[in-house]
Amino acid sequence: MKNLLEHMGIEPERLHFSWISSAESTKFVDVATKVTEAVKSLENKEKKFVKTKPKVA
Amino acid sequence: MKSYTEKIKEISKGLLEEGKVDMVIGYRKGSVPLMHQPFFAQNQQEIDEFVWDSNCGLNLANYVTDRQEKIGILATGCNSRNIATHIVEGKIKREQLYIIGIPCKGMLDRHKLAAMADGPITTVEEDEEKGTVTISGDGFSETVDKTEALQQNCSICVHRNPVIYDELVADEVKEQTRDEVDPYAGVKEIEAMSPEEKWAHFDDLLSACIRCYACRNACPLCYCPLCFVDESKPQWVGKSIDPTDVRTFHFLRAYHCAGRCTDCGACVRACPVGINVRDFTKKLEKDCFELYGWEAGMSTEQRPPLDTYKPDDPEEFIK
Repeated sequence: MKNLLEHMGIEPERLHFSWISSAESTKFVDVATKVTEAVKSLENKEKKFVKTKPKVA
Repeated sequence: MKSYTEKIKEISKGLLEEGKVDMVIGYRKGSVPLMHQPFFAQNQQEIDEFVWDSNCGLNLANYVTDRQEKIGILATGCNSRNIATHIVEGKIKREQLYIIGIPCKGMLDRHKLAAMADGPITTVEEDEEKGTVTISGDGFSETVDKTEALQQNCSICVHRNPVIYDELVADEVKEQTRDEVDPYAGVKEIEAMSPEEKWAHFDDLLSACIRCYACRNACPLCYCPLCFVDESKPQWVGKSIDPTDVRTFHFLRAYHCAGRCTDCGACVRACPVGINVRDFTKKLEKDCFELYGWEAGMSTEQRPPLDTYKPDDPEEFIK
């Protein structure tokens, strides 16, 4: 799925997959920080797969 | 392909006569050129309507799911692989089917030919000896090599002969190898693009989509009683032609076909606006081949890779 999303033009930095147990709070914080940093680092700020408002009535 | 047609009729008539099957699924001449229609023949007269040539590109495996009758069915390489997939997925039993195998040399690309023509095409003639196709209509006539007019999935096909069959209509044709044709040339072109270019490529590709779902309806894999796009409680995806909705539909539909798609090209052939839906599915087919060494529908025993778990499944993407 990651491959196909990237194939369609989603930047790799926007896609993260992790396996975190409910007992791994530090890992969760760590991953969340890394994800937000990676996404913020992107130059292209265009929202993808987000509908803002309908373009057709 | 006249010899094929005669042989198909002969076998089909025999099957009905002996009571081996209740019907034979084949093709008859369509109401528009380049599109022969799938046809269920249940008696000798109906069998006389059968035709076989390079306009039989819709996938007949689409019509056998959940049927109770005994069925004779024509199957080229890709069609037979979709039948095998149905057997693995429990949509039909092997014993119910009498598969008439057809060694295939590819189907004509109706979108490509329409683009070459100077108006609506009214007749299509194929010269088997010369290997040419002539399209004509009001005030024009054009002859091209069949190899140039083939659907792209056919020109890169490496499984032209049926993988399962009860009887062949002719000797097997020579298979193309992966060295001679690169099945993934098109995918690699897109892979080489930057994320922005990829996004723009798919935006452009899907800009003409009218959400008619012809691609889904033509696809033998899309047999769900209720498709996710038609469901309203919950509504998984917007039904408009907003670019986000369109892209979500195509992305999800393609993903449902991961590891099951045989690249038969029925989706592209059915599309009224000529979208190359295979830009999605071919990528998944490539991934399955590279990650799992998997080609869909090559056996009636093995389940597709995304349907099974193996301890050594690749998982580098999980951090």
